[in-house]
Amino acid sequence: MNLSPELRSQVMYVDVLIVGAGPAGMAAAIAAREAGVDNLLVLEREQNMGGILRQCIHNGFGLHRFKEELTGPEYAQRDIDKVKELGIEVRTGTTVLSIDEDRFVTAISRDKGVQMFEAGAIILAMGCRERPRGALATPGTRCAGVYSAGTAQKFVNLEGYMPGKRCVILGSGDIGLIMARRMTLQGAKVLACVELMPYSSGLNRNIVQCLQDYDIPLYLSHTVIDIEGKERLSGVTVAQVDANRQPIPGTEKHFDCDTLLLSVGLIPENELTEMAHVEMSALTAGAIVDDSLQTSKEGIFACGNVLHVHDLVDFVSAESFKAGKAAAEYVQGKKRVGKYVNLKDGNGVRGVVPQKLLVPEGEAETVQIMFRPAGVYKNATVRVMDGDREVARLKKLIFTPGEMAELNLKPEVIKGLSGGDVTIQIEQ
Amino acid sequence: MEQQITCINCPVGCRMTVTVEDGKVTNVTGNTCKRGVAYAEQECVAPQRMVTAVITVADRKTPVSVKTRTPIPKVKIFECMKQLANTEVKAPVHMGDVVCANVCGTGVDVIATKTVE
Repeated sequence: MNLSPELRSQVMYVDVLIVGAGPAGMAAAIAAREAGVDNLLVLEREQNMGGILRQCIHNGFGLHRFKEELTGPEYAQRDIDKVKELGIEVRTGTTVLSIDEDRFVTAISRDKGVQMFEAGAIILAMGCRERPRGALATPGTRCAGVYSAGTAQKFVNLEGYMPGKRCVILGSGDIGLIMARRMTLQGAKVLACVELMPYSSGLNRNIVQCLQDYDIPLYLSHTVIDIEGKERLSGVTVAQVDANRQPIPGTEKHFDCDTLLLSVGLIPENELTEMAHVEMSALTAGAIVDDSLQTSKEGIFACGNVLHVHDLVDFVSAESFKAGKAAAEYVQGKKRVGKYVNLKDGNGVRGVVPQKLLVPEGEAETVQIMFRPAGVYKNATVRVMDGDREVARLKKLIFTPGEMAELNLKPEVIKGLSGGDVTIQIEQ
Repeated sequence: MEQQITCINCPVGCRMTVTVEDGKVTNVTGNTCKRGVAYAEQECVAPQRMVTAVITVADRKTPVSVKTRTPIPKVKIFECMKQLANTEVKAPVHMGDVVCANVCGTGVDVIATKTVE
């Protein structure tokens, strides 16, 4: 960055700079500090650490990591306490404005104004956003009363406001299901949960405990085809869809309601990543990374929902610990030497992470690969193919798009790779 | 009496038919593994749920999140919500503090899941 001497003197150097203090950023910071990085800084846009966990007051978090069921705020607090105990500097209320490939970062906050940083390594941990109404192209009026499910969740759980009294939910992802129950418990009537696909992407547990417990009907292969209302939403029309997801005439149902909640997908929040010209994956909508979570730009790492949307925060934390450790090793000058192979999506597989795998010259370590099944596959086998040769496999009773699949590649498997592309595929 | 339930233990989501006689599960079919039987035995005889909610903090604009310390009988959920709607706490509240003891006579306390200083 070309700066005048005066500006240059204001640039602060940090060894590892982390963008975001949600579960990913906190875990990355903890791991980096524990790996010996003293000069560490976390920048967080919100006034508090914890990210989206703060509004997820339901329980079910932490079963993998802590072997107990916690609510979102409780899970977050464990990391917040650790971050404080380790004395890690976190600047909240600080929005990162830009990142470039030389790891020059600008940020702004109310109390400190514009701040400039040069980082030895950057960890991107910005999380994801909800897909908004505008992305759906649903016809109708621009009335009030249409919210993304997470926005409604923030109103109800953090602010203590109810967004409405009679509610339809579009999309059956977990946030939509959780909000169906939450709205019901707070006294609203949830009329229906409407899902475009022939299956729900939510957990069975949530379908049972959030919908069936309260007799809320789930309409699979249905969608909202009209949004009505002048100032406030007055109703929606729902119709069944055919195999091409087109509404079938004659199947319309009308619901009088004042609220429509959208739970129609999450999108990694990668504006900063793109500013740094990091190579992106169209399938995950996140960066392309290697097995150390390093992106195509040296010293820039990514983890958590900004990399690919996870189902469980436990896995976000696990991934982010790896990123924190890898970033620490990078700034400590530990070079990874070896040859890269590409991991490719095969039949039935969408968005393998990592996309690149280092076959090291020295000893290899076990590498976990994650991906989302493209459809529902019963009694199926995931096969990892090195050309025509199967090097690993995983059999399961069911693979569904709602549950991220994971598979470990053992050190001996990695060392034995030919160097050509490796393909992950599902066979039924 | 026969009941149809969906097992919640894993994504397979087995549709199970459960026979209940004299308040005891006598037969389970449709399950793939033994976890289904254990779930059916609880769910068809004495279903329980964790309840999470928010309650008002006096003189504060925003509420505090709470949970039942352990699951309570499913039939008590709405009664529990009603009692919590009428519960107010004073700051400071710390995570783990009891905000409502023995909610609805269940023997289960409701505790704060975050700290409000």
